[in-house]
Amino acid sequence: MQKPHGGKLINRYIKKDQTQTAEIPEFEVNTNLSEDILNIAKGVFSPLEGFLCYNDLENVINDKRLENDTPWTIPILLDFNGDNIKEGDTVLLSNKENGVKAIFDIEEIYTYDKKTLAKNIYSTTDEEHPGVANVSKMRPKLIGGKITLLDSKQREFDNYNLSPRETRILFKEKGWKEIVAFQTRNPPHIGHEYVQKTALTFVDGIFINPIIGKKKAGDFKDEVILSSYETLMKHYYLKDRAVMSILRTSMKYAGPREAIHHAIMRKNFGCTHFIVGRDHAGVGNYYGPYDAHEIFSEFPDLGIIPVFFRSFSRCTKCGSVVNDKICPHDQKYHINFSGKKIREILRDGKVPPEDMMRKEVAETILKFDNPFIE
Amino acid sequence: MEEEKNEKKYTTISIPTPLAEKIKKRIAGTGFHSLSSYVTYVLREVISGMDEEEGEAFSKEDEEKVKERLRALGYLD
Repeated sequence: MQKPHGGKLINRYIKKDQTQTAEIPEFEVNTNLSEDILNIAKGVFSPLEGFLCYNDLENVINDKRLENDTPWTIPILLDFNGDNIKEGDTVLLSNKENGVKAIFDIEEIYTYDKKTLAKNIYSTTDEEHPGVANVSKMRPKLIGGKITLLDSKQREFDNYNLSPRETRILFKEKGWKEIVAFQTRNPPHIGHEYVQKTALTFVDGIFINPIIGKKKAGDFKDEVILSSYETLMKHYYLKDRAVMSILRTSMKYAGPREAIHHAIMRKNFGCTHFIVGRDHAGVGNYYGPYDAHEIFSEFPDLGIIPVFFRSFSRCTKCGSVVNDKICPHDQKYHINFSGKKIREILRDGKVPPEDMMRKEVAETILKFDNPFIE
Repeated sequence: MEEEKNEKKYTTISIPTPLAEKIKKRIAGTGFHSLSSYVTYVLREVISGMDEEEGEAFSKEDEEKVKERLRALGYLD
């Protein structure tokens, strides 16, 4: 079985009735932070047991590693205004939307430089970059320390929400030893299916792992993404070779660094391979198309094998989906899988051509009154 | 205080000079900027394959509960 990142699958959850919280000061955190708390507690962010302290943050910024040399590229931080609490205090972090309640043992309170953080994590200080914009909105101090989750409430799509220990047991029960993970934020088109099935050919199973959560206007709704994948898997995948479960986390758009972070999370779910496409986790023109491939060469100790895909398209000469390594024909014979074009066709209430998207998938999407976020 | 906290913890190791020379030749023109960065890379690769496996963090009883949930959700038959 795949080893968790850092060697141990973290579980920082205890039942609420096992601890007294009445006397502990309570602080409301935003939904993104509450997702981080859940991911720490359930082991998605193993080996993290809480929010980063100063030395870990400095190492992540400068060396893309935790202080103990474990690869880690995206800092998991808790920012605050700096009043009423001190190092050594214990507080209760809560979030109404997710029903999260977690004990937080404050180990360290420290300052940080927003420009250095943005420049190193996002490779830019341009405020137009969504990640940089988020950094500039962060509060002036950071708090590091371990968290212990006490409670969280049932939420939409929980039937698709498996924790790392659940996926690990699932893969074991299925007899899978080598598992490739596929991350997505969109319903599947033929190109996605090609990539997934090409990778699946060489391993035991595929773990389709859509990121669910805050999205921008014009994106597909979460329920549309899940339904469309269910349809694709029902009609075109072997039941014993494909599994889908969601991941609740926010996109940082940190390009190459985020590709490593995405791979680490999937390693914790028990996957041995991770599909990395063109401009993975990129936004605008901040990163080169294959920066997210190249960064993997810095981590001989990552412990999960990246499966790189460059561009792929439909070749009218070959009559199939191809990539730049296997097709000798001129670009003029190549039709790209344009997500934008597919969205336009669906927005008009029409079914895209079958060489772009499976008819069953398109029909599933069109059953929704409005498949897009307003 | 913060500078102090950020002091890097590097150490010096000795390797035979002929080996060091061979490595220097080998890494010339590659992405490795120094002998140290190459040796660090190789050692990280070697050590990651040797890490001791820790036991899974769940008991038999927990495992059965998880399997029940997986069956209820249709992930397992």
